[in-house]
Amino acid sequence: MIQLPDSFSYVRGRETLARSQVLKRSWPFVLDLCVAGIGLACFYAVVQLARYWFGHPLPEITISLSPRAIPRYAFYSIVRIWLAYALSLFFAIVYGYTAAYNPRIEALMIAGLDILQSIPVLSFLPGVMLAMVALFPTRQLGVEMGAILLIFTGQVWNMAFSFYSSLKSIPRELREAATIYRFSPWQRLIELELPYSAIGLVWNSIVSVAGGWFFLMACEMFVLGPRDFRLPGLGSYLQTAASTGNGTAITWGLITMIAIIVATDQLVWRPVIAWSDKFKFEQVETSSRVHSPLLHLFQHSRALRTLRQHTIQPIAESVYQRLADNRRRIAAAATPMDSETRARHERWNAILRLVVLLLVVAGVLYAALHALSLLRAVRSSEVIEILKGALATFLRVNTALLLASAWTIPAGVAIGFHPRLARIAQPLAQIAASVPATALFPVVLLALIRIGGGLGTGSILLMMLGTQWYILFNVIAGAMAIPTDLREVATLFQFTAVQRWKTLILPGIFPYLITGLVTASGGAWNASIIAEYFRLKNQTLQTVGLGAVISAASDSGKFQILLLATIVMAGMVVTINRLLWRPLYRLAETRYKVGA
Amino acid sequence: MQQIIIRAEQVEKYYAQPSENRIQVISPTDLSISEGEIVALLGPSGSGKSTLLRMLTGLSTPSAGQVYWHEKPVSEAQVNVAIVFQSFALFPWLTVVENVEAPLKARGMEPAERRKRALKMLDTVGLDGFQAAYPKELSGGMRQRVGFARALVVEPEVLFMDEPFSALDVLTAENLRSELLELWQNKTIPTRSIFIVTHNIEEAVLLADRIIVLGRNPGHVRTDFKVALAHPRERKAAAFTQLVDYIYKVLTQPEAKPPALPLTPEGKPVRDQRQMHYQMLPHARPGGIAGLLEILLDHNGKDDIYRLADDLAFEIDDLLPIVDAAQLLGFLKVTEGDAAITPTGAEYANSEILRQKELFRIAAVENVLLLRQIVRAIEAKSDKTVPEEFFHDMLDEQFSEDETLRQLETAINWGRYAELFDFDASRRRFIRSEKDESESTVGPKVQA
Repeated sequence: MIQLPDSFSYVRGRETLARSQVLKRSWPFVLDLCVAGIGLACFYAVVQLARYWFGHPLPEITISLSPRAIPRYAFYSIVRIWLAYALSLFFAIVYGYTAAYNPRIEALMIAGLDILQSIPVLSFLPGVMLAMVALFPTRQLGVEMGAILLIFTGQVWNMAFSFYSSLKSIPRELREAATIYRFSPWQRLIELELPYSAIGLVWNSIVSVAGGWFFLMACEMFVLGPRDFRLPGLGSYLQTAASTGNGTAITWGLITMIAIIVATDQLVWRPVIAWSDKFKFEQVETSSRVHSPLLHLFQHSRALRTLRQHTIQPIAESVYQRLADNRRRIAAAATPMDSETRARHERWNAILRLVVLLLVVAGVLYAALHALSLLRAVRSSEVIEILKGALATFLRVNTALLLASAWTIPAGVAIGFHPRLARIAQPLAQIAASVPATALFPVVLLALIRIGGGLGTGSILLMMLGTQWYILFNVIAGAMAIPTDLREVATLFQFTAVQRWKTLILPGIFPYLITGLVTASGGAWNASIIAEYFRLKNQTLQTVGLGAVISAASDSGKFQILLLATIVMAGMVVTINRLLWRPLYRLAETRYKVGA
Repeated sequence: MQQIIIRAEQVEKYYAQPSENRIQVISPTDLSISEGEIVALLGPSGSGKSTLLRMLTGLSTPSAGQVYWHEKPVSEAQVNVAIVFQSFALFPWLTVVENVEAPLKARGMEPAERRKRALKMLDTVGLDGFQAAYPKELSGGMRQRVGFARALVVEPEVLFMDEPFSALDVLTAENLRSELLELWQNKTIPTRSIFIVTHNIEEAVLLADRIIVLGRNPGHVRTDFKVALAHPRERKAAAFTQLVDYIYKVLTQPEAKPPALPLTPEGKPVRDQRQMHYQMLPHARPGGIAGLLEILLDHNGKDDIYRLADDLAFEIDDLLPIVDAAQLLGFLKVTEGDAAITPTGAEYANSEILRQKELFRIAAVENVLLLRQIVRAIEAKSDKTVPEEFFHDMLDEQFSEDETLRQLETAINWGRYAELFDFDASRRRFIRSEKDESESTVGPKVQA
């Protein structure tokens, strides 16, 4: 995460409000049911595939601990992240576009987004891995695809939603200009829709890629019972180093991790953010612009310009001409349909749609029912375990959030109010935040065990590690956004500290705090899956919790428990979203918004 | 007889409600645009001017009726029009010349040819030298020039303009208007007719050969006449001011004969908002009403509305709601384009603030059904509060969603000022106002 110019905050606000407005219109319960059905159907498909290949023996994989192996491992990790990102970007654009322009399925697609974003991604890890291994003949490719697919699942939904909400908020007059000047759908995409959504997509990409590292590290360390799904990469390197207690290897690994993050920041995100300034919709020049020497280089390089002129532009021109010719030809040849043929066409379309819908519904019902029948094998003692675990994890997540808030809120407010402090603290915080918590976890756990702690406290620590930065950065942004004249009023009327916090600071940062807490909460639930059940040095540490139940179930191949536990976790996250976070968002948008 | 380019036949726009009611935005209207004329469409806000423009260009489909382009239905014909927008609608990420080229790109023109035409058009509108600039580096007037260049580069047969000068300051607007007239009169542009939607009466009289005045509730044509003044037209000339005055009269006159109600397929007349019982509250603030009445008193209690608007440098959209509101409350009376203050209005303007609130309270309760109902509902309940949603649902039957929200906002404003009730914004409830009993000497008697 790097310093974001002010243009990003309005994108975020727009998104949360847009999301709540779309879902207010639809019938949430019915849609959720549909999405749940589809989800169950997918799960059934995955499990079937996995079961079929369960007995397939797999070779061991060795991780070298010498520093010379690091560049190779780093390279593999980087390739996986960026492949997954490219896939996510493409899919997000397609998904957002389809949802925005098809009113019939729009509500379903957006409700689906909402739920998919809340489901802890890591609970799918076992299933996806098994399925991918089954799908691909050479084992290496299968596991790689599994890792990429899992990272993709974590990255795609927020980008899809960002694109969708940008499409929906394109000003009416711009859209009318595109229609009246006869833009083809392609020209409209390239010259209107993508540029308008660019800033939102950039911001969400930064967040997604950062999240991707979190999941990648978990994937690379993944071991399922007797089967080793580990991939050569930074994650497995760090885990092996921690298991064997190799201090130098750990240090090298961490340094490489930080170096990669900083390099991505400077070489990729900074130029992209500087370039995306072009797409800002406010029609005023601002003084706070991000400068990037690399972008300057690209924009003024003559070699690149000649290259563009000779390759991309001729192709683009021929595309536009072909599209315009097509349209002219269609318009000239079109004979106006009389009402009878038109009615007949309509009827056929409707019948076709109905048939397809019935087939899809039948398929989904069949698979979903079969998946549910798996649940019949669950014994009641196991159900009690799951519920106990749910309660434990719920308490743990909330403790982690409370502890994190306890230090991040004062720190964030202090940093936000004092620019000089910010200048030192923010870069430090950003570096600390960008190290994926999952990479650190083996190291932290080892240290904890040495001083006598267990996985009980360790899991809370991991949740905090992974999610406190969301709260911190949001509180900083919130504190910076409190208008200076309000702060001056507080000083002028000599507010006491309690008054300042109660009347000025807490209400002022409220919307940002909520955003931070929601993201942190989601992250904590996700983290519970690895935090509560961990293999270290050939022994398995675990504690009472839903995450532990999920991991243990995948370890022993008890898919019915896995399914039930995942359903319970997803259900809890979604319910908390609906009952707690959404009303708080609404409150933040109405009562606690500063300015008109 | 000039050739007719666009013809609208009995076009309507309405939104059907789940109940039998219909929100009619535009009642069945006939309109035509002929070759060689500048047509101005004038009307107060809410009269559906922009909707009508979008139906004529083919951007939106009428709920009923048909629009013809050279006698072919507009959905099937290759319509050659362009629109200049109120907010310019330029793409901020494209340079000026790229913005102007975009429609040519859509038509598949070669890059070299495109650039040549775009640069020539930029020269015509006076932006030579700015081709590589981005819109955010330009002033408002220059941005609208880019909008014009883009519209004219496709050589449209009819040029549509949707309040093109209302986002600009007065001097720039004046400048652009005269340049547009010059381009039209010297036939520098191949456009055969221009259709401009505006709420500025003077602008319409300055530019147009033909003026169409719309009324609202629902939108309909009130009058359509030719302007025979010779160019250049002087604002202070007698003929000019007479015409502007006449248009003001038309706009402020209550409907002499309401337009006919459309029939449903079964032949029953459609229930639309004129038959339902809430009158549409004009969106004016009590402070504005008080200010207008004080000014009228200064002018000896009676003044020409046109002159008032001129003195205050108001547009119709700003002045008429205040005039309508004052008339609704019985504080002034409009006859033949003149506003005359009534005795109650005079008393109101002369009183100090507490007496003003009292008079406002009496007038509001007597004349505004919605406020009466809110007060009655509050009194009828034991906890003396009523949720806003209750009235929202009733108004929703009659008005569109946006209008309902605006009506409620105005009602809340008036109610709070008049101390008829208070409104809890966080719980969205009307609550009884905590008046000191000894202060209210004249409590309004709320009649059924």
